Amino acid sequence: MPLLALRDVDARYGQVQALRGVTLTVEEGEIVAILGANGAGKTTTLRAVSGTVRRSGTIELDGRSLARSGPERAARLGVAHVPEGRGTFSELTVWENLRLGAHTRRGALKDDFRRVLGYFPWLEARRAQQAGTLSGGEQQMLALARALMQRPRLLLLDEPSLGLAPLVVAEIFRIVRELNEREGTAVLLVEQNARTSLATAARAYVLEVGAVAYHGTSDELGERDAIRRSYLGY
Amino acid sequence: MALRPGTAWIVPGLLLAGCAALVIGSLQSSLFAQQTISGLANGGIYASLAVALVLIYRATEVINFAQGAIATFTTYVAWQLIDWGLGYWPAFALTLAIAFAGGFAIELVAIRPVERRGHQLSVVIASIGLLILIEGAIGYIWGSEIKFMPAPFPAHVYRVGGVAFSRQDLATIAISIASVVLLWLLFQFTKVGLAMRAAAVRPEAARLVGIRVSWMLSLGWGLAAMLGAVAGMMAAASPTTLLQPSMMDGVLIYAFAAAVLGGLESAAGAVVGALAIGVTLNLLGSYVSWVTPQLLLPAAFVLMLVVLLVKPSGLFGRTRVRKV
Repeated sequence: MPLLALRDVDARYGQVQALRGVTLTVEEGEIVAILGANGAGKTTTLRAVSGTVRRSGTIELDGRSLARSGPERAARLGVAHVPEGRGTFSELTVWENLRLGAHTRRGALKDDFRRVLGYFPWLEARRAQQAGTLSGGEQQMLALARALMQRPRLLLLDEPSLGLAPLVVAEIFRIVRELNEREGTAVLLVEQNARTSLATAARAYVLEVGAVAYHGTSDELGERDAIRRSYLGY
Repeated sequence: MALRPGTAWIVPGLLLAGCAALVIGSLQSSLFAQQTISGLANGGIYASLAVALVLIYRATEVINFAQGAIATFTTYVAWQLIDWGLGYWPAFALTLAIAFAGGFAIELVAIRPVERRGHQLSVVIASIGLLILIEGAIGYIWGSEIKFMPAPFPAHVYRVGGVAFSRQDLATIAISIASVVLLWLLFQFTKVGLAMRAAAVRPEAARLVGIRVSWMLSLGWGLAAMLGAVAGMMAAASPTTLLQPSMMDGVLIYAFAAAVLGGLESAAGAVVGALAIGVTLNLLGSYVSWVTPQLLLPAAFVLMLVVLLVKPSGLFGRTRVRKV
């Protein structure tokens, strides 16, 4: 049984249908990328999983249905959604952001802080700083750190490279791969940069106007010239 | 802070100068000292109610016009409990619990359905409706004749170097400060407090980390009602205020003015604003012969208008940067 399974998922914003019958799976511990042009429904697919958009169809995490519940329950079941704009609580401190990441968990957080600081040692010195005053790259890393505090089974990552310098992007993707290898966290990744996505993900789905146009392993998709030229833009 | 770096000293400077003037005045004249203390006691009452307003404003961006009526209602509950034979402090504690449950329930029943459906203006109208409903309920249950709330402490006056301080005033100041500090501790150091702050500033992001935002709002209404109950019971215990359905109407106006002065988003600002208003009005009333009690309420309105015109973000407010 896959960790995440979407079958025939529709989603709409008011009158506008954003997803039409999307079917996809993410296996335990797998990194899967969603590719496609602007407006193809990439972000909406993530929002359908976390329950931040009106949707219908089957959405199961580990066999438990998410289709009728909101983001609070998805978070409780182990879905960490780092949205566009990173979901930073910019008015609160760095440390408070981390504590909020662990909101669904009980018990002491000492080990979690230690684990997070293993990935992002610089957070310790900045713990009392207001999160909104961090740079864009730092905020993206804080968002990953916050998600890590949740001990998620599935990480939904939306455009982590948006507005960041190439070096910072490389660093962030390195950390995502490391998280995936060491913690076994599955990742569903939405990313404009197809080359980086395919280098990170094992498999990918290409969306076209709200429906899955192609899917396959990253190697397959990268090799097919037609797909590469029309959808991946390189 | 929305202040430009060059003007950042003005607010703390003014506050410091004000405090210095109060201390010097108090050392010069015992009447001045007494009036300052009783002004602070009034300010403490305004502060509890003002912080309640700020609490709800921060969570829903709506002024709760029913805050004063809720406070009056809970004070009647306290009076009723005492009338049934409960001691003052057990009645006080029980009233706080009832206020919390009542505030929580009001949000659930009267505010949440309205808010879910749309506009902030509808929430404002719902709160005005609540005001009328609750004042009506008070009249229906307890009648409109004046009740006498027993004082929590026997009347006593402390004399320090020729200055007489009433125990009532000192206790009012202490209890208001204690309730605001407790609230601050809750927000700053507990998990639920942090979740409430997160839900207030970023509801969408808060839901993504698993916070039940709507429950946090109900919790906020419960806490606000508790603070209101403290303000109501303190006000009713003062010898100049009588327990009657319109008891908190004036207090609510001063609390509005204090919250606006503090920037509506800042609890600390509301407390400072409330104390400043309490002291200023009390001193004006006792030293300026033509300032009669009838002028004090309009004075609070004028102050509110001036703040809204000159510095809408208040003394401590920040200008919010919103992403569209």
